[in-house]
Amino acid sequence: MLGVLALTAWLLVYTHLGEAARWLTLGALGLAPGTPLAAAVEFFTFEVPKVLLLLVVVVLVVGIIRTFFTPERTRSLLAGRRESVGNVLAALLGVVTPFCSCSAVPLFIGFVTAGVPLGVTFSFLIAAPLINEVALVLLWGLFGWKIALLYMGTGLAIAMIAGWIIGRLHLESWVEPWVYAIPGGPNLASETLTWGDRLAAGWTAVGEIVGKVWPYVVLGIAVGAGIHGWVPEGFLASFMGRDTWWAVPAAVLLGVPMYSNAAGIIPIVQALLEKGAALGTVLAFMMAVIGLSLPEAVILRKVLTMRLILVFFGVVTLGILCVGYLFNLVIPTGVLHP
Amino acid sequence: MKTIQILGTGCTKCKNLAEIADRAARELGQPYHLVKITEIREIMAFGVLSTPALAVDGVVKSAGKVPTLAEVKALLS
Repeated sequence: MLGVLALTAWLLVYTHLGEAARWLTLGALGLAPGTPLAAAVEFFTFEVPKVLLLLVVVVLVVGIIRTFFTPERTRSLLAGRRESVGNVLAALLGVVTPFCSCSAVPLFIGFVTAGVPLGVTFSFLIAAPLINEVALVLLWGLFGWKIALLYMGTGLAIAMIAGWIIGRLHLESWVEPWVYAIPGGPNLASETLTWGDRLAAGWTAVGEIVGKVWPYVVLGIAVGAGIHGWVPEGFLASFMGRDTWWAVPAAVLLGVPMYSNAAGIIPIVQALLEKGAALGTVLAFMMAVIGLSLPEAVILRKVLTMRLILVFFGVVTLGILCVGYLFNLVIPTGVLHP
Repeated sequence: MKTIQILGTGCTKCKNLAEIADRAARELGQPYHLVKITEIREIMAFGVLSTPALAVDGVVKSAGKVPTLAEVKALLS
């Protein structure tokens, strides 16, 4: 009952944000319509509550879903799985299983010693950071569901195919040898949770994640609002447009050493897109920033030889490049703008 | 006497968990002995896949998160 009431209130607020922002900008603040300042203020007062509202709902739902997929459960679903089917399943599970790169080492050892094939383990490790729920919400909120789905679909494809390739290369000998010598520990009994527990876990996730990322969201939208108001249309088209062949690799090379959370990067993505950068180029940049991180590589160096880390980063980078070029080829600039 | 084991390779979350567990045990007034297990081989022997984890006398009670003080108290008693 309380839930229905909250949902109705949420919908009511969410569907009237546009009018509220317009009223606040032109009515309450009395800014002249059509000026850069009015455009920037209206953009900001519309986007901030919209993105935060979406964020709360999606993080809550994802938080609840994640109570069904503990890493232990995911491992037992993947153990002994054949490749290909395993890669697909691992990439999908990578999205819904709670994962923190600080746990990458025990997770990796736990997977491979329980008989999850190396390539399947990589599909999981690639998908987990690459397909990020905060990124998904922001893309959905700022560009609509089509771009959000494109991001999720291509991210999954990269994780599946890159993991499959690593499996085909038979690089088990490039894992640090002591890893396979570790005896698998016992299978932990899974906790039994009530729906109340799951809902509580969802709200905890909202508190943790939204509590952490909201300043980035606000700051990013403020930067986006400034660009929206003052930078001329098509400003970036000449050097980040579809016809610049080197834009995609340049964006990826720039993105890999950058380490930021999704909330910080997407408003920048939005600003770039709006001023004429090509979708593929921008998506490749975003994936490189959030999907490949140097800190995670340093953590994984404990269990993987340098050569295997290079192959891992190389294959994923190649996948991101393909996504970038594919979108630039297929989608004309501007077609997916709101 | 209970042995409280904190499993983790030394991240911030592991330190938080150790502090919370320490406080929970003190507030419960039980005699206890807190051990931090940071060696990856030993952590794996518990069957834990995500850190930080909390075990009492070798039995894993929580993994992959930092439970609240109240939750840790419930796990300890």
